[in-house]
Amino acid sequence: MPSYDTSDIRKGLKVMLDGSPFTVVEFQFIKPGKGAAFTRTKFKNLLTGGVIERNVRSGEKLEPANVETKQMQYLYKEGESYVFMDTSTYDQVHIPHETIGDDSNYMPEQIVVEVLFFNDRAVGVTLPNFIEQKVLETEPGFRGDTATGVTKPARISTGARIAVPLFINEGDVIKIDTRSGEYLERVGRA
Amino acid sequence: MPALLARARVSRAVRAYFDAQEFVEVETPARVLSPGQEVHLDAIPAGDGRHLITSPEYHMKRLVAGGLPRIVQICRCFRAEEDGPSHQPEFTMIEWYRAGGSLVDLMRDCEALVEIAARAVGTWPQVDVPVNRRGPHGRSRLRLDAPFGRTDVRELLRRHAGVELRGDESAVEMRALATAAGCRVAPDAAWDDAFYQLFLDRIEPHLGAEHPIFVEDWPRPLAALARPKPGDPLTVERFELYAGGLELANAFGELTDAAEQRRRFEEEAALRKQRGKGCYPLDEKLLAALPHMPATSGIALGFDRLLMLVLGAATIRDVLAFAHDEA
Repeated sequence: MPSYDTSDIRKGLKVMLDGSPFTVVEFQFIKPGKGAAFTRTKFKNLLTGGVIERNVRSGEKLEPANVETKQMQYLYKEGESYVFMDTSTYDQVHIPHETIGDDSNYMPEQIVVEVLFFNDRAVGVTLPNFIEQKVLETEPGFRGDTATGVTKPARISTGARIAVPLFINEGDVIKIDTRSGEYLERVGRA
Repeated sequence: MPALLARARVSRAVRAYFDAQEFVEVETPARVLSPGQEVHLDAIPAGDGRHLITSPEYHMKRLVAGGLPRIVQICRCFRAEEDGPSHQPEFTMIEWYRAGGSLVDLMRDCEALVEIAARAVGTWPQVDVPVNRRGPHGRSRLRLDAPFGRTDVRELLRRHAGVELRGDESAVEMRALATAAGCRVAPDAAWDDAFYQLFLDRIEPHLGAEHPIFVEDWPRPLAALARPKPGDPLTVERFELYAGGLELANAFGELTDAAEQRRRFEEEAALRKQRGKGCYPLDEKLLAALPHMPATSGIALGFDRLLMLVLGAATIRDVLAFAHDEA
């Protein structure tokens, strides 16, 4: 693969640093008065999520990371792994629980996610920012109870318990932010 | 205060300062045959084999050599492909020379200019540093009162990177020093590239976070147009001023040795050629004038950056009527 240099740096560029794949999240031109130009760049590690900052000298070479993302549909859980299907080729892959972690709480069956492959191995799953799920189980709500800040747990199909306002009933459809696990709003009534 | 009003006020105050100090304000050509040989500066072509100046220093030195002891110029300078939070390809420089003056005289000028600029926009004696320019300790207030701090390059390297720098290291040795200090250095990095990798990674984030600071005693490979320090051939008479995440000014005890200046120009031209960059003719008129130049200290201070400093602006665009891509 041909290498990149500093003029190729832009948000989302995927490069190898110290043997791990990184993506550029932020960059700016800097130049000491009597020195060469540098690009002060923030890179996010695609495996750990950690962010590092590097000053890359103008003209320096960067090795492209062999990463790609694929749209895949989550089919079902099998033991300690999750089975996904490529929506264009119908190929199936197994992704172990430790790769997905707590995100599995907001990953109902049939959902379409982005799977990140590094050297042809699935290394990460990105959920849509929001999902809509039916409440399967919760304590009964009370008519007219609109107190803010007071919540109760509600179980959705993944087994996750979401803190919801008291007026939510079983069968309601709620919108959840998958990044924080927070209830956002009610989008359908039982 | 709106940035353009601030700009006009600071411009007036700066001129009044130099007038009171009995400086003569001069204007020198913007289109020149020799825009400067510095390896890392690229001039913008301006027709007839000429280029726009990257700095007015060559012509101003000819005026000093011609008998003007104190001159100042506030002018546009042009540097190709410089575009970032503190860079524009077209920007305004305050450049002044004091024949018979020392670097300490120039430091006093810098302190005075920062004060009058801050007073002109109502931010004296301390300013807020915007988030994007805060150092690793995240200091948000910057004091502007004189005297500013003073330190030197070797002391900074020792304190912040554990590096002992002599100034006569080979490029290989310089890369090894930077690598040992934890920097990632390209295998083809030249001496100055490895130095600046170290400087940008480890030193610069600490400079002038709470109070402006002068960085003195630069190693010989970064001499540019500065003269060697008496009794210390590995160090040159040069300082830079840092404040609130900005590199504000660069000063030299000016080199007046024409033979040494010619040698440096030729060395820089060879480096430019080696890196596939365009070369400019040597400025023979400057070289002819240097022997007539008295001992002089000279300095360039970025006018736009002075405004950024006293206004707490996050980018240079905030202090311009139009940035280059809005023109």
